Amino acid sequence: MSIKLPKITVWRVIFAVILACGLYATYLRVMYGLGGATNLSDKFPWGLWIAFDVMCGVGLAAGGFTLVAMVHIFNIEKYRPILRPAILTAFLGYTLVVVGLLYDLGRPDRLWHPLVMWNPHSVMFEVAWCVTLYTTVLFLEFVPVVFEKFGLHKPLEWIHRISVPLMILGVLLSTLHQSSLGSLFLIVPEKLYPLWYSPILPLLFYISSIAVGLAMTIFESWHSSRAFGRALELPLLMSMGRVLAVVLSVYLWIRFLDLSHRHAFALLAQNRIETWLFALEIALMAVPMVLLYQARIRRRPGALYACAVMVVFGFIANRLNVGTTGLEAGSGTHYIPKWSEIAVTLSIVAVGFATFRMIAQYFPIFEVEEHHSAGPEMEETEADSVAVG
Amino acid sequence: MPKAILYDSTLCIGCKACEAGCAERWGLPYNEQIAAEPRISAHKLTAVETHGDRFSRRLCMNCVQPACASVCPVGALQKTSLGPVTYDADKCMGCRYCMQACPFQVPTYEWNSRLPKMRKCNMCSERQIAGKLTACAEACPVGATINGNRDELIQEARRRIAEKPDQYYGKVYGISEVGGTSVFYLSAVPFEQIGLRTNVGQEPMPETTWRVLELVPDVVSTGTVLLGGIYWITNRRAEVAKKEGR
Repeated sequence: MSIKLPKITVWRVIFAVILACGLYATYLRVMYGLGGATNLSDKFPWGLWIAFDVMCGVGLAAGGFTLVAMVHIFNIEKYRPILRPAILTAFLGYTLVVVGLLYDLGRPDRLWHPLVMWNPHSVMFEVAWCVTLYTTVLFLEFVPVVFEKFGLHKPLEWIHRISVPLMILGVLLSTLHQSSLGSLFLIVPEKLYPLWYSPILPLLFYISSIAVGLAMTIFESWHSSRAFGRALELPLLMSMGRVLAVVLSVYLWIRFLDLSHRHAFALLAQNRIETWLFALEIALMAVPMVLLYQARIRRRPGALYACAVMVVFGFIANRLNVGTTGLEAGSGTHYIPKWSEIAVTLSIVAVGFATFRMIAQYFPIFEVEEHHSAGPEMEETEADSVAVG
Repeated sequence: MPKAILYDSTLCIGCKACEAGCAERWGLPYNEQIAAEPRISAHKLTAVETHGDRFSRRLCMNCVQPACASVCPVGALQKTSLGPVTYDADKCMGCRYCMQACPFQVPTYEWNSRLPKMRKCNMCSERQIAGKLTACAEACPVGATINGNRDELIQEARRRIAEKPDQYYGKVYGISEVGGTSVFYLSAVPFEQIGLRTNVGQEPMPETTWRVLELVPDVVSTGTVLLGGIYWITNRRAEVAKKEGR
């Protein structure tokens, strides 16, 4: 490889600015503690780093277990071409969740404590174990890619031998902690606004994670096809759009039943910030659901991509509502993240995109024949738009 | 025999001697400026609040079934048989779930420290073990805060209401709230008027999450059988198809 200076593009400049801000925010976090880097307070102990970096991070990585279940357990072979990118996204996602946790924990040096000091009555304890184990599983699911790249056939065989129990374990662990992120909030019935507080929060979190896992898979297929000049697996993504429409319908219907059984609909008449945020969140799920039922929408890559983006944002809105905005009134305070919280979050996202791109470029993530066709001349043109977003 | 604290806000004169006694016991600084701070914080673990012409004292409720102890992933918080909910700073990793979960918003954090700890009242755990009164009860010059056996304090609180029904709001706060606490309040007015949360339920908070957590073994075992079964069926189908040359 010849050394050449990277070209300066708009996206690269933005990337650099975000990272510079993130680095300064990191300095503030380390030197001045959580008080110096966040707007958290005794009344509002969890903010953006938990609600986005952890809760959204884990959810957006749900494509990994969804695709593994579809391809390996339900044996729907046709989805195999997009399995590896989904596993890579998941592995990176979970790694970045741990990075986010290192920022958020008061004592990041004690991240390992829950593995040694047990409290099985704590949802957080369960999540800690599941995330640790599942990140390991994802590593093992991803590592064959590395073995293939370097032609290590022996370890490849070993991994293949344990792959089935590994896949099942991965799906189980995901089921547990995707839902448990919702269970975390079962203990704040008097704080979380009733449009979001529900005894079935774990179920709602689980179903919405499957929806966003599918949406993220469409999202990243679209981006990587542009970045690497690959043909889009359109028929695949179209059928995935169908599945997504059904999952969204199930989710919204359960959400509707839940609100109606809890007699929470009267709240929608109140002109409060919560009402509008709730409406936004539901619209971002309902609109793509309606659109995805139509064949002419699914057939158009741009429209399919737009639907996926809406679902991703609807999901993020939901997690932020449960994790921050829905708790403000009940906690008797207001919370707006400090610039440094946002800078760290954006940096983590940016690093995620860049790392995905790098790994996808040098390792056999996409189908081999397509990988060859993506020559270096292609990546010059489209790659940069993807590097950060 | 579990211990408890009874705080009678009708007797409290707002002298803040309890605050000073508490600070001394924890080795925390206490001066006029800190005395003027209206709320509990990491350097002020009890606070006398003013609500109009009434006083109300804030401190950890040391719940009978504490939410904080149930949510702590490392078991840094423990409910002791004597009543206090204690905290082991050496275990704490700073996830702050205890702060989020506490229905009374009691736990506070050393936000500006590089190696922060959670701080809260622990009902003078070591003094209770030694058979001594809590520092706040010992400091109170008028008996507004008293410390004793939980059962006896409930009786005492009810006796006071029965003796002077016109001077008291007819309930004792803390007997049934979140399944019972170790701090009881008596008041002349409804409790929300002296800043107490009245929207908390009667059910112990840990129940809310345990109802789901206790399903984990069921989910894992059922899921293993189900996923394993589906795998076996779908891949068997593929094998057969391969053999038949389809």
